[in-house]
Amino acid sequence: MQQFPCPFCGLRNETEFHFAFEAGHPRPEPAKDVSDAEWAKYLYLHKAPKGKSSEIWLHLTCHEYFILHRDTVTREVLSCDVLPGAEA
Amino acid sequence: MSGSRHAELGRFIDRSQPRSFTFDGQRIAGFAGDTLASALLANGVHILGRSFKYHRPRGLWGMGADEPNAIFDVRLGQEHRPNQRATTTLLEDAMVVTSVNANPNAAKDRFRLMDRLHRFLPAGFYYKTFMALDWIRYEPMIRRMAGLGRVDPGYAPPADVPHLVAVCDLLIVGAGPSGLAAAHAAAQSGRAVWLVDDAAQLGGSLHRRGGQIDGADWTAFADATRYAVLNAGGRILCNTTVWGAFDHNVFSAWVRRLDGPDQHMRIRAAEVVVATGAIERPLWFANNDLPGVMSCEAALEFLQCYGALPGQRILIATANDASYTVASALAKAGAEVTLVDQRHDAPDADDITQIKSGILTAAKGKTHVQSAVVNGQDIPCDAIFCSGGYTPTVHLWCQSGGKLDWDADQDALVPRPGTSSLKPIGAAAGQFGLKAALATGHALFGNGNGPETDAVTPRAQAPVRPDPNLPGRQWIDMQNDVTLKDVGLAAREGFTSVEHLKRYTTLGMATDQGRTSNFAGLAAMAAVTGRTIPETGTTTYRPPFEPVPLSVIAGRRRGDLFNPLKRLSLEAAHCDMGARFREYGGWLRPAVYGVGAEADLAQKEAKIARDIAGIFDASPLGKLEVIGTGAGKLLDFTGYMRMSTLKPGRARYGFMLAESGIVYDDGVVLRLDENRFIVSASSSHVDGVRARLEDARQDRIGHRHVYIHDVTQGLVTLTVTGPKTLDVIAGAGIDLPDLPHMGVVETPLDGHFLRVARISFTGDRSYELTVPGRNAEGLRARLDASLKNAGGKWIGLEAVMILRAEKGFILIGKDTDGNTMPHDLGWVGPMNKRDDEYLGKRALFTPEGQSETRRQWVGLRVTGDAVPETGSHLIPTDGPRRSLGFITSSYFSPNLGRPIALALLENGRALVGTTVGCFNDGSVRNVEVVDACAFDPDWSRLNG
Repeated sequence: MQQFPCPFCGLRNETEFHFAFEAGHPRPEPAKDVSDAEWAKYLYLHKAPKGKSSEIWLHLTCHEYFILHRDTVTREVLSCDVLPGAEA
Repeated sequence: MSGSRHAELGRFIDRSQPRSFTFDGQRIAGFAGDTLASALLANGVHILGRSFKYHRPRGLWGMGADEPNAIFDVRLGQEHRPNQRATTTLLEDAMVVTSVNANPNAAKDRFRLMDRLHRFLPAGFYYKTFMALDWIRYEPMIRRMAGLGRVDPGYAPPADVPHLVAVCDLLIVGAGPSGLAAAHAAAQSGRAVWLVDDAAQLGGSLHRRGGQIDGADWTAFADATRYAVLNAGGRILCNTTVWGAFDHNVFSAWVRRLDGPDQHMRIRAAEVVVATGAIERPLWFANNDLPGVMSCEAALEFLQCYGALPGQRILIATANDASYTVASALAKAGAEVTLVDQRHDAPDADDITQIKSGILTAAKGKTHVQSAVVNGQDIPCDAIFCSGGYTPTVHLWCQSGGKLDWDADQDALVPRPGTSSLKPIGAAAGQFGLKAALATGHALFGNGNGPETDAVTPRAQAPVRPDPNLPGRQWIDMQNDVTLKDVGLAAREGFTSVEHLKRYTTLGMATDQGRTSNFAGLAAMAAVTGRTIPETGTTTYRPPFEPVPLSVIAGRRRGDLFNPLKRLSLEAAHCDMGARFREYGGWLRPAVYGVGAEADLAQKEAKIARDIAGIFDASPLGKLEVIGTGAGKLLDFTGYMRMSTLKPGRARYGFMLAESGIVYDDGVVLRLDENRFIVSASSSHVDGVRARLEDARQDRIGHRHVYIHDVTQGLVTLTVTGPKTLDVIAGAGIDLPDLPHMGVVETPLDGHFLRVARISFTGDRSYELTVPGRNAEGLRARLDASLKNAGGKWIGLEAVMILRAEKGFILIGKDTDGNTMPHDLGWVGPMNKRDDEYLGKRALFTPEGQSETRRQWVGLRVTGDAVPETGSHLIPTDGPRRSLGFITSSYFSPNLGRPIALALLENGRALVGTTVGCFNDGSVRNVEVVDACAFDPDWSRLNG
């Protein structure tokens, strides 16, 4: 059972979290200027790195999204950030 | 082999408390503190089971979780426990114990002749032989002949095991000498230690091997450690197995209790010490599985802890110094002992017949040991105790991600420092002997010199390997019947990786998880393939360390608690009105009301709702308040239909799409005022819709401009529908404001608020009446009386499903699947008109989204009264047969007097008016493609 830090609530069990998206993929828009390939890349072609990774997670109990930096191999949690524009 | 009980030895048993049980019908006497194994051993019962595949007679090998042979079916009163290891099951009075995989019993097994066929049943026999044949015909027979115990389907163990979540600073697994030394030093320095051991008392190997610590008997040191641990605020957990290491230092522990249900603990520890000791390896010689062949350590354990002496003329075969203690203890207890040591430089054993450079090549005997062949010479004996060295117990280390190194000096795989945060000590770290155990344990947390002992450190164990040139069958894995020849066969057929070896021969896959066989298997594979042991590697260690009952892992999560349902505020009232409940999307809701066949009741309810009036409880419908100046903007982005153009006091139907363009949810959005909306998500999608709204809020619109508040659970919604709706509401004394279709208003009622929304999920005039949960009973009672006067009826979800299907209203997830886009359902407007961004927009315009063969939403009309099955595939009426789509919903409509069906059909809208085939269970009937709305197609009843 991993523990993740929510920037708003602190360290909690992983069962309180949902993975949302890999960080660093801005939504391509407006739709009319986005090619099929670009859209498919946004939806499906993620890096899924082995090792250091930045991901968006949702803390289900407070409903805040945040950025989690972790190592997918060692399961080490490196740090967490609030979304740009938010305050913890 | 004969068995006897020593007059004095047996530190675990209480001779003042006799106990008795039956084994395969035979009455066996024992004492409190005995395990089933020790009692059977003391009574001279030597055949304890039949082997998995060949049905060979098998006796006891080990003393703990490593036991491969003595697996029992245990009944005690009503309780039934299959596949219990004799070595870890404490004897309780009146237990009824039977051997497994034996018929009628272990001693006289009907399938014993299987062993004669062994030549024809090598590893992989079943894979090779039954590939070509009809496996289904043979499977039941083979399953009957091979395997372990049977589950009694009539017995469900009570769901009474509590799950505890615990946090501790320092967890020490194993309370043998190294664990005790570590716990003592840590507690002395003020650490709060949790000291855990799977035995009933602290001490581990000290119970059988004894020893002096700090000039006194070891028990004084154990007592001092217990005192120090408790005094420093720690805990002692005996009868507790730490069975798994998981992410972020979480460990699961199974606590066995005699005076109550077992417990299960999830322990998160800041620091963990692995003091799990080592497990003795067998020796490999012909017939090394004969009853009477036992592990040296186990023999010593049974003698010292239980006073059980498993033989009188004992041959000990070894290649290490540790067995000498066993030999002298047995001799002292009165047995005639011959010590055979493979080493030419073996130490001298006083007063014991000793053969140096002695190689044991075979055991002889039919159902138990009668003699041993050493250096070509027969030596009569009734028991053979052997030791091929020790394997450190590294399961937790490896489960936590730790790697192993080959220590050639110790002839063992030992933890590689720095590969896991766990701290291995003592024998688990390959540091054998009491002196090293105490020293490595103390060194972790103590200063200066640790506990003193005069014990002599044993010399490094000599390497012992299976010899492929020996005649006869040498058993590598006794529980799964794998011989040395099977390993050779696997290698010849190319299964040289240990993981392939394991899967091909099943070596190490039994309930003992290869405790005694893995090392031999990999050593044999290394020898056959000319590789070293580290090159060959080990299989992966995974939890659990030993078999843990499913009832312990499940705990109380069974039955109603397995996946607890959400409950309606008015559940009790619905019960009183005769409701019969079922689960709908995680909610327990009335399916129908009254007595009789459910289908008939649903038909009646659907008819009355159309003819007069019906009321149903729609409370689970999501109520997500979206509040703030950014609310309209937010909902425009998250929805397919624009909501910012909605006028206050009005409602609009809409979809929420996933970014892939798939319809995720549908529902009505109400706008109460300029900056306050309510999103009515489907009852099973509330959490998901909320998460998507929050995503857009936090990542796009901005935290400060809009807030989302889920008030679903706090409100109750009763929906009144049917031609007499207005009469029912007026009769209930509710002053209904004049509302257009899709109008919404809040008015006071009985001192609280009442929200009235004129929204229809049935096609008839309907009003959703929403009040706070605590005021719901008042509303229900008013409506109930009025409903009865009008001749209407409460209707359950089954009737509601019929009503909505008659109108062709979709249910997301039932009538749509993971490919359905909004235009497939006929909603093309927003897609064609909206210039702004919304969730999933781009995906609608991909080649896939624009394909001309998309499955579209249609109705089907059939002739006759038979309802076509939901799930039936639709096929062309001529040409090659292929699926054009399938039926998503089908019912008999009591209001139309005929079956109705809804379907997703390839290019369906263009096919309206034509005929397709409906394929189900081998037969095909023709159906006409029609509009999805079957009832009241001109929508006259909405205002009627």
